Amino acid sequence: MKAGVARFWREIPQRYNFIGNKCGTCERVFFPPRESCPYCRRKSIGNMKEIKLAGKGEVVTYTVIHVGPEDFEEQTPYPIAIIKLEEGPQITAQIVDCPLDEVKIGLKVESTFRKIQQDGHTGAIYYGYKFKKQRQ
Amino acid sequence: MPLVGFTMEQIGIVSYGAHIPRYRIKAEVIAAVWGKDGQAISRGLGIFEKSVPSVDQDTATISVEAIRAALKRCTLNPTDIGAIYVGSESHPYAVKPTGTIVGEAIGATPDLMVADYEFACKAGTAAIQTCFGLVKAGMIDYGVAIGADTSQAAPGDALEYSASAGGAAFIIGRTNVIATINHTLSYTTDTPDFWRRAEMKYPSHGGRFTGEPAYFKHITNCATNLMTKAGTKPQDYTYAIFHQPNGKFPVNVAKKLGFTIDQVKQGLMVPYIGNTYSGASMIGLASVLDVAKPGDRIFMTSYGSGAGSDGFDMTVTNNITRLSRQKAPTIAQLVADKEYVDYGTYAKMTNLLFWE
Repeated sequence: MKAGVARFWREIPQRYNFIGNKCGTCERVFFPPRESCPYCRRKSIGNMKEIKLAGKGEVVTYTVIHVGPEDFEEQTPYPIAIIKLEEGPQITAQIVDCPLDEVKIGLKVESTFRKIQQDGHTGAIYYGYKFKKQRQ
Repeated sequence: MPLVGFTMEQIGIVSYGAHIPRYRIKAEVIAAVWGKDGQAISRGLGIFEKSVPSVDQDTATISVEAIRAALKRCTLNPTDIGAIYVGSESHPYAVKPTGTIVGEAIGATPDLMVADYEFACKAGTAAIQTCFGLVKAGMIDYGVAIGADTSQAAPGDALEYSASAGGAAFIIGRTNVIATINHTLSYTTDTPDFWRRAEMKYPSHGGRFTGEPAYFKHITNCATNLMTKAGTKPQDYTYAIFHQPNGKFPVNVAKKLGFTIDQVKQGLMVPYIGNTYSGASMIGLASVLDVAKPGDRIFMTSYGSGAGSDGFDMTVTNNITRLSRQKAPTIAQLVADKEYVDYGTYAKMTNLLFWE
């Protein structure tokens, strides 16, 4: 077992459904969710509201992985991008179903549900978000 | 029965969605590897190409994409869903349900019933019947029935030209119904035409035995019984959908029953995406709903080896004009969005190269 079943299980709300949170004081959105707002600090404690993000955004920057880590070797070459979500947070994610020459800074993307990793052929399978080009 | 009672009992499809992986391999590319005549095989099977799942797609991911598409088209709150049944013969786990992954991914958990179904290629339509029954009994307001597969075929086997990936999801309820299910019934016998033993990677089949005593017998009897129960004739239907393991069987069974090719073609997707097993007839139904108009009558008969057929007599309602069908891709759009792969890439994507 690698990362551990319990850790992935705890992250299911984020990995499946983009559950982040929002500071009730300054309205900043965080993903993954934070215990408190780093800007409003103690004013935000007890005032962080859970929100579901839309899973849409645009590519801020990207790179193409030619030598992938374990579990990703079969997918090379594949793009990994920093994506600015519509609600504000920036996340790192893989882009799929898109020819490499179509991945561009500013590309509008939306989330898709994919298999991320598995603990070998006998272990648990971990699912979560990747991104694809936004449907016109 | 008084008319009021009848209208209150209108149960059927509230929304629908589908997913087809975008990679394709041509039948002639597979044929070339095995030294066969690809064009002759394509003509014989009525299949030109088939969909191929990428390494990060399986029945769970296809199911989630399909039901998310269905939810985009309607305004249903996922917490109002009372049951999810996923039919497949390629569930990612032998023990651990696909339905829980789907339920969590659409935000329908935890107050719902979930189970995975297996009945070869008809497990998804069996799920529709279960949801229909639960809604009719008043146990749930909405149920989700999914049929999805990343079907397996041994390298070099005849099935390799057809076994593909895809799925469709249907929300069944009694409010805002776009197509009422007027009648449904099944025809079931113990017929060992196709099977996969536990822990085996690839299925086995009875070759030509899969035809007459299996596919044709069950579909013909199911369809005939359904039309008798409904008091209908083939001419009463705008569209007819039959399970489609290849391009020939559904056309032949349709002709045998008295349906025309015009009634069948909108729901016949197998020439372009292959046999999506549990998804096959359901993707056909989704394709019909993409273009259906109020008043259209739809006939569907699935087939699952082992063996059985589920029949459905449906009528499209005025609500279909209010469903936001454009909010998710149509089957035609999913079929057109494609990228071809060679046999080596296909072998990698479908895990043909796995060894311990």
